Amino acid sequence: MSEATITETRNQRWALGIVGFLILVSVLSFAVHEYYIYISAYLWFGFVYGMCLQYGRFCFASAFRDLFAVGVPRMVVGIMIATILFSFVSAFVTATGMSTFHAAPTSIAATIAGLIFGVGMVFAGGCASGSLYKTGEGNGVSLLVVLSISITQATFVDLGGWFNKLVPQSWHESALAKKLPAAINAGDGWVDQYLAGYIWNQPIVKFSELLGLKDASFAGAFLGDFLVGVVVPATVLLVVVYLFWVRKNHLKKVAKGGENATFGDELAGYWGMIASSKRTALAGLFLGIACGLQMLVIEGLRIKFGVRNAGTLLSRLGHDFGLSVSGTVFDPGYWYVTTQEAQWVGWLFNKLGWNNMDNIYFGLNNGIPNPAINPADWMSLALIGGAAVMALLSNEFKFKKPTKELAVWAIVGGLLMGIGSRLGLGCNVGAFFARVALGDASGWLFGIGMIGGAYIGVKFFNWWTERKMAKEMAAFDL
Amino acid sequence: MAMKFEKKAEGLYMLDVTGYVCPHPQIYTKKALEKMKDGDIVELVFDNPSSSESIAAMCEAQGNEIVEKNMANGKYVWKIKKTADAAVALSR
Repeated sequence: MSEATITETRNQRWALGIVGFLILVSVLSFAVHEYYIYISAYLWFGFVYGMCLQYGRFCFASAFRDLFAVGVPRMVVGIMIATILFSFVSAFVTATGMSTFHAAPTSIAATIAGLIFGVGMVFAGGCASGSLYKTGEGNGVSLLVVLSISITQATFVDLGGWFNKLVPQSWHESALAKKLPAAINAGDGWVDQYLAGYIWNQPIVKFSELLGLKDASFAGAFLGDFLVGVVVPATVLLVVVYLFWVRKNHLKKVAKGGENATFGDELAGYWGMIASSKRTALAGLFLGIACGLQMLVIEGLRIKFGVRNAGTLLSRLGHDFGLSVSGTVFDPGYWYVTTQEAQWVGWLFNKLGWNNMDNIYFGLNNGIPNPAINPADWMSLALIGGAAVMALLSNEFKFKKPTKELAVWAIVGGLLMGIGSRLGLGCNVGAFFARVALGDASGWLFGIGMIGGAYIGVKFFNWWTERKMAKEMAAFDL
Repeated sequence: MAMKFEKKAEGLYMLDVTGYVCPHPQIYTKKALEKMKDGDIVELVFDNPSSSESIAAMCEAQGNEIVEKNMANGKYVWKIKKTADAAVALSR
């Protein structure tokens, strides 16, 4: 047997092992109690997301970064396809009243958060979800990014003391006026006062409501949130990308520099851009559909068990540790990445003696349940597993130790993404992808910031790589 | 491992970005192609799967020809030939 065949067989066994382990988790937990099927639902959607992301090399960081850096539009296209599909399926779910989505307050803070996040994802070499799937490919740099995002968030949300001095008095007063439970101590902590004193005062803007339609209606969901909120802006965005990055090269090939270009040539160019990376487009298609279906499945399970949040299920099962003062845990009902990352480190910090349940983020809503029974944590773990299976089956899995240079970028990038995602109430998935798809205007504001951040990050990397290339090439006549 | 750019023969270069994650492999490849002469070939060595899709799309858009693609055990070795058309595209 050749070495390649041996590797292939070994990879297939590992892939089978991962799938077998996840099946075992689902079956055994269900045997203990039927409530654990809730965790399995998150787990298997995470697994599908991981497979899609790895297959399509689906990384939000590369969307505008690769466009600005090397003129490649494939990921912008992939993301827009996924967003449109996710939005279409979600419109059905929303119209039938089965949506699990809560829109976020809309303000300039989303754009600033997106900007910080955008720079971070370029430095780190991957967005929050991209770093998860690349961890599944055996990439040590990406694992470091995930750790950096997780630790930064868990620390950032509980910063008080000196950081309180940076809080405007109006935020402080407004936070106190919310009369939150005493255990939360909303007047202490930068993030607490940012949330309760500023963010919560901002309006919630959904495209359906802007048009005077009820969002949980067919007209609101399809006309407002899907058509006006997603299809129109996504199409315009892709036209801009075509005009500035694709058109010139395309017309040079088909119409002698564009002098004799017909409308048909332009349409062919636009379609060529959409279909240029079948892998990415296909991944976007499946990802979009799966994201919409997850809302339906989770809401169905909530109705079946008569709960509104997984915290009630955990409590009924006797797992009281780490529930928020409201008895809830983080249970978005759709794809999300960063909060569960903050939670597992938050849980660890708490076990090490850090009282971090007196802040809004952990204490009031999300809790810090044991990662082994945290549904959203299983979604991320299974995402890594799904990506690993896909990478193993295509022989792309490879353990890679981070170099010092990349480790620094990973930690700095993860730190910026961690801060950006807490300021923006989510990452490229929670604050951008899901919100845009569900007609929440704050999603586009975060997206605009991410694009700006990607531009700044690319400018920096161009300078950095130019410097290194110049040294390497100094010896040649180039 | 640090990035390596070597001249293997007249008109043949080797760019090794093994270990690098996005966006390094694609940016280094773009910069190397920008600096090379028409008809020169670069043997690109990398191991970041997501860069493969971006580099292929970049070559397609700019008209550079990927003359050989090999992949074994997660390591990619691609030969890319710089074309005259690409010189125009890259100079934009």
